[in-house]
Parts: sequence; C-alpha cells; structure tokens
Amino acid sequence: MKNRKHQSLHGLPQQGSGLVNRFGYIGLLLAAFALMLLGKADVMVMERVRAHVIDGVAPILDVLSRPMASFDRVVEEATALGQLREENAQIKIENQRLLQWQSAARKLSSENIQLKSLLNFAPGAEPGFVTGRVIADTGGAFVHSVLVNAGKREGVSKGQAVIAGKGLVGRVHGVGSRSVRVLLITDLNSRIPVVIEATRIRAVLAGDNTERPRLIHLPPGAAVNPGDRIVTSGHGGAFPPGIPVGIILPSADGTIAVKPYVHRDRLEYVRIVDYGLQGILDATSAAEGAGAAR
Amino acid sequence: MKSIFWQRMDMVARSLTPFLLTLVLVVLGQVPLHIPGFAEIAPILPLMAVYHWTIYRPDLLPASAVFFAGLLQDALSGMPFGVNAAVFVSVHMAVMSQQVFFQGKSFLIIWLGFSMVAAGAVTMIWALNAMVFAAFSSVEAAFIQYLVTVGMFPLLAVLLVRWQRTILAQV
Repeated sequence: MKNRKHQSLHGLPQQGSGLVNRFGYIGLLLAAFALMLLGKADVMVMERVRAHVIDGVAPILDVLSRPMASFDRVVEEATALGQLREENAQIKIENQRLLQWQSAARKLSSENIQLKSLLNFAPGAEPGFVTGRVIADTGGAFVHSVLVNAGKREGVSKGQAVIAGKGLVGRVHGVGSRSVRVLLITDLNSRIPVVIEATRIRAVLAGDNTERPRLIHLPPGAAVNPGDRIVTSGHGGAFPPGIPVGIILPSADGTIAVKPYVHRDRLEYVRIVDYGLQGILDATSAAEGAGAAR
Repeated sequence: MKSIFWQRMDMVARSLTPFLLTLVLVVLGQVPLHIPGFAEIAPILPLMAVYHWTIYRPDLLPASAVFFAGLLQDALSGMPFGVNAAVFVSVHMAVMSQQVFFQGKSFLIIWLGFSMVAAGAVTMIWALNAMVFAAFSSVEAAFIQYLVTVGMFPLLAVLLVRWQRTILAQV
C-alpha cells in the first residue's frame, strides 16, 4: 500500500514491471541525447534557457558564496600576519624598483603627450566597466567557467572581456538579467588572439581544461622564450590589444604552455570591461560558430 | 480530519527531501571554495546522492527526478544540456539493476560499488563532452576529480544515512 502511494506520487514505479522501467529509462536517455543534439543545432535557445536557470539560482549562490569568501579572507589575514616581516622587506625592494619605473613612466608619458600632439592622434574612448563578485565556480574538470553576479541590468553583454587584478580572466559567454557566465581562458573552448609582447609574434591562446593553456598557430620558425609576456592582440575584435594574459613557461615537449596571470581559485571580484567593441561574434555568426565556441 | 491532512502534508514534504537534497547538492557543488587547485577537481556531489537514494529509496528518487537534477547540473556547470542528465539516468539504471545485491550490504561494499559507478559516470561525462565539443578534455584532471569524488563519498554518505534514518524513518 505504502509503495503504491509513492508510485503515484513520483512517476516511475519502483518495482513495477521491468518493461515499463526499461521504457522509462530509454525515453529519458533519448531525451538527454535529443537535448545534446538540439544544443548543437540551436545554441541560442539553449544558452537562453541556461541563462534563465542561472538567473534563478544566482541569488542562492550569491548568499552561499559569501561565507566561503569571508572565511577565505580570515585564513588569508592569518597567514599574512605570520609573513609580515618578510613581506615588508620584499615590498621595500619592490617599492624602490617601482619608483624607478615611475620616473621612467613619467618621462615616457610626457614624451607620449608631446608626440601625440605632433601627430594629431585621436585617442580611443575610455572603457566603462562593471564590477561583479564571483558567485560560482562551475564545471569541475570539464568546463572552466565562473558565474558573476552582474548581468544585463548592469549593461553587460556577450563577448566582453573580463579582467581581474593582474590580467585577463576570460570573456562573457552567457548573459542573464542578473548573472553572467564567464568562460575562462583555460577552458577547452576558449581561443584568444594574443601576441608575444617582446617579439610581436601573433598566436592563439587555446585552453585545454588544464591550468596551463597553450599557444597555437604560431608562424613557423617563431622563436619563443620562457618568461615572455603574452598580451591580447586585439585581432578578431574580441578584446582590445594589450591586456596582460600570462607568461610563457619553459617547455619540455614541443607545446608552448602559458602560465596565466590570473588564477581560477583566486577569483573573487572581477571587472567586466566594455571597450565599445562588438565582441568576438555578432548575433548571426554566434549561432554558426557556436559549435566551436559553444 | 485536519490532523490527517497535516500528517499527509508532512509525509509528502518528507518524501520530497531526497530529491530536494540532490538539487541542493547540485547547487552546493558550484560554490567557489577558493582552495588552490580545488575547482578543477571538486567532487561531483549530486552523483553521490543519486547513488545513495537509488540504492535505499528509489521510490523517493525516481529516474525522472534524477533526469531533472542532471539538467540543473548541466545548466549550472556549463556542460552541454543532456550530458549530466544522461549520466545520472544511467547511474540510476545501473544501480537499479543491482539493487537487490546492494540491500543490506556493508558500507565497504557500498563504497566499492560507488567507486565503480563513479568511474563509469566520469568516463561517460568525459566522452560525452568530447563528443559534443569535438575536443578532448584533460584526462588527468578528470581522473583526479574521480578520485576526489570517491574519497569524499563516505563523508556525505554518513549524512545521507542519518537523514534517511531520522527524517525518512516513517515515510
């Protein structure tokens, strides 16, 4: 009697006939595969559904992620307290170096202004930005993305660059009204046009779901040195040029790995920057190219 | 009359908790912990709940509920829709086929069973992602995520067993 009640409450019977069970499973599995196909065929619809679902859960995640962040801060403060002395010495050295840089920068800046006035240079528009808090770190080993509690309401749109502290985090992939999903540069589907700062060699930074994305599509015979800085190139209109991305690591096997400046675990607040560019894809090519870009 | 109504409401509420707990674990799995290197290998929490409830109370967590939890996991994790839904339903199916075997077995056997089920599940997630994205994800990260998931299982299982013995004792 008890069992029957649950059956009527919850759909599939528990120990009913095996045939019914099997049909139930096959139906659900077919539905799942149909969704995967549909996701390949019509990305826009699925991403809109995803954005709505994320929007619905965002307030919960917002609350849940707060205690973790404050706990993290307490631990950080405690460890910092123990290292005050060393840190102080380090900062003094760094400060000296920075003062040298400051004088260099002042000189260059005034020189730059003079040269610009000679050339009648038209400066680009100042970028606007929205700051958001990371409320979820999603996908585990298979998808590298984070959710941020800022969305359409704040004027965020798809394709915008996301930066934190030292460098590029990723780009806005899905936009809800109060949350966005940011595809990190380490994700399998992330492709960022970059340039090696010192040599101006162009390449594409391709994520592979590890912490070390690789440089691909380098011109043949290009020389790369470990320690070289990688910055965005601005090609493809995705991001403005010059956002720091990472540094080249010494390579063991032919591939060139990059150590990003920004680490997934450290993300707490990020800036979503609107440089007034169209983003990597417009609405129509987004649907076509989305097989690769998800 | 009134008390019977409330009793029934109470029962319904209790019987919904396995499903709700599974959804809660889906959401909890997304919370950033800021532990270096942890995000890539964070355990797949809902998988544990699906496994546990399918063994002990499949009447309260039917395949359709598991499917729905999988869809939520897909939406939040950024994986293609259907991947986790297919994986969770397959786990449900695999465990149901062995349900008689699992009854009354020691925890060690249950854990061993989970290690096998999770191996299948992670492999399936990896393969389905590779299929839809047409690119291979890091096998190493997936394997470590699998180990962490299996390692964390006893902690969550203790809570779920306790829940089952108190909240669901009369349901």
